[in-house]
Amino acid sequence: MAVEHKDIVWTHNLERALDEAKSRQRHVLLDFSAAPM
Amino acid sequence: MYTDPRVVRFINDHFVPVRVHVGDQADEFKRLSAKYSAQWTPTILVIDSTGEERHRVEGFLPANDFLAQLELGLGRSAFARSDFTEAERWFREVVAQYTDTDAAPEALYWAGVARYKATGDAAALRETAQQFRQRYQGTSWAKKASVWN
Repeated sequence: MAVEHKDIVWTHNLERALDEAKSRQRHVLLDFSAAPM
Repeated sequence: MYTDPRVVRFINDHFVPVRVHVGDQADEFKRLSAKYSAQWTPTILVIDSTGEERHRVEGFLPANDFLAQLELGLGRSAFARSDFTEAERWFREVVAQYTDTDAAPEALYWAGVARYKATGDAAALRETAQQFRQRYQGTSWAKKASVWN
């Protein structure tokens, strides 16, 4: 069953995200941010 | 942008989201902003799984405009890998769902191009030019499509 997240689950490592995107056939959304974390 | 539930759902459904923070991750921010020429925050990139940038949004956008840009980006990515059918599907959805956004005339233009690339039929371009005579007049995309009349 799919889990519905109420927030975006950000990661912080682009290289790992690209590997995950490849295996899950997704794109990476890369946000250069100055917003409070 | 990221507080709208539709944005959250769309990003979680279609992307692996990565955030690099100008202050908290200064070294990583410097490395990746140099790699992708990101000079301002927020800059949001749609990157395919090979690491190629396919679309970018610079500056804040309201949720509808942002969603339209994300879908436009997925369309541009499909177009770049010559999947013109999927590209057209994304572009047409932008026009249908986000009609009043700045992304819509751009999507209408590329929908025509994608259909032409898929079919080789120049009627796709003429029909797109006709649609631009009825909407989005005054946009740069209408000007670009005007040569297809």
